[in-house]
Amino acid sequence: MSTTATTHGARDHARAQAGTVVETMPSIPASTWPAPPPDVAPDALTWAETVAGGGYTHKVLARGTRLRLTDVDGDACAHLLLFNADQPWERLNVADTVKVQWNAYLGAKVALLSDQARVLATIVADSSGRHDALCGTSTVDGNTERYGDGAPQGPSPAGLPLFTLAAAKNGLEPRDLPPSLSFFQGVRVQPGGGLDFTGSAGAGRAVELRIEIPAIVLIANVAHPVDPRPDYTVTNLEVLAWRATPSTPDSPEWTHSPEAQRAFENTADYLTARGIA
Amino acid sequence: MSTAYQSQLQSTFDVPARAPFSTVLKRGSELAIIDLGGNQAVDFLCYDANDTAKRYSAAATIAAQRNIFLTTGSVLRTQEGAPLLTVVADTCGRHDTLGGACSKESNSLRYGQHTRFQHACVENFLSEGAKWGLGKRDLVSNVNWYMNVPVEEDGTLGIVDGISAPGLEVRLRAETDVLVLVSNCPQINNPCNGFDPTPVRMVVTSSGGGE
Repeated sequence: MSTTATTHGARDHARAQAGTVVETMPSIPASTWPAPPPDVAPDALTWAETVAGGGYTHKVLARGTRLRLTDVDGDACAHLLLFNADQPWERLNVADTVKVQWNAYLGAKVALLSDQARVLATIVADSSGRHDALCGTSTVDGNTERYGDGAPQGPSPAGLPLFTLAAAKNGLEPRDLPPSLSFFQGVRVQPGGGLDFTGSAGAGRAVELRIEIPAIVLIANVAHPVDPRPDYTVTNLEVLAWRATPSTPDSPEWTHSPEAQRAFENTADYLTARGIA
Repeated sequence: MSTAYQSQLQSTFDVPARAPFSTVLKRGSELAIIDLGGNQAVDFLCYDANDTAKRYSAAATIAAQRNIFLTTGSVLRTQEGAPLLTVVADTCGRHDTLGGACSKESNSLRYGQHTRFQHACVENFLSEGAKWGLGKRDLVSNVNWYMNVPVEEDGTLGIVDGISAPGLEVRLRAETDVLVLVSNCPQINNPCNGFDPTPVRMVVTSSGGGE
């Protein structure tokens, strides 16, 4: 008789699995993460997870939270969407983000703007410089054509179905998903408008965001849609978040540009009226 | 507000300056968008008419053609990558996918709070979209026909003087039944409309059979 032939045996079998440690999993509580950043107390951690290539994750984060994404092995590609947690119809607007700040490329001090002209999050540090705000994420059909499969639990998941799952777990539907950003695989625009894929800046590079409005964060770690490599190539992504101080009018991001300053002023106006800050 | 001139296979709609417009194109029919006054941005969204959750994606369109500009041969795709419209003719040369629509809110960032009560494309999209059951969640980054948005080597991007002229035309073919949602851009704070919004003409040519 097998050990799982009875309810008690099946229960013992299930319980004996607990405590297994694998490379890609969350640490819960986050304070048990083995290597917090040097200046961060373990108890301040609110999210600590390694997301496998082809995986996704999501979390609702408080205002002021620092969110650090790290390309552990040099080929992560973190596709990101942000929503105002209190009213998710307000969400990341990539067009406004690049147009209002007069730049198509992401980097330190760039404010990630909502359609309501507020700052959902700010990029406060960036050691990669290889990012993309133009191409969005990958599709099932595109991945099927290139790799033979794009299903969310297949060998080469596409970003859109993973975002769809992450969104569903936050009560959001496909039509709530706008174009997304991606970090760690670069794209540059050529003079004629063509795209140049510049790839990764290497292992260990990180991007740090400050959450400015309580936000639903969706992350899919999948190969970039214009990555030219024939094989589906995406490696582990480390996600760490910790409680920290919200931005103030003295923060360098506020005064980085007159447009950003007005976006932070709009954000403060909203948060004050809403009773959040 | 549009005036229709019916003929057997062709319908012409003159869209006044600052006004919205919408219509459903049956599969195989064509829509010509004519810049009557020159350098008039035409903000444009499109949806699968039978399932509006399938809608234009600037990102999927850019990724598929590996280029940020639209011109003859470009295919406007849904976020899943399916073709909605193909650009079959274009006498202007290139059109914008990056700049999105002006809104009262973003105008407050770009020009100051004093512009918040000026007309804006998102108002047109919301009010015209409501006629088809579309709401705020259905609005995404849109096409700007006739708008000129270059990207410099360092990423600097901006709406600059247009390259269009009176009478230039872009012609789209519907690859499925497509709902198009248009805002004839009312912006007066940048050169996208030559600082003077003007009417545009829409000519729908049906494919013939059955219509």
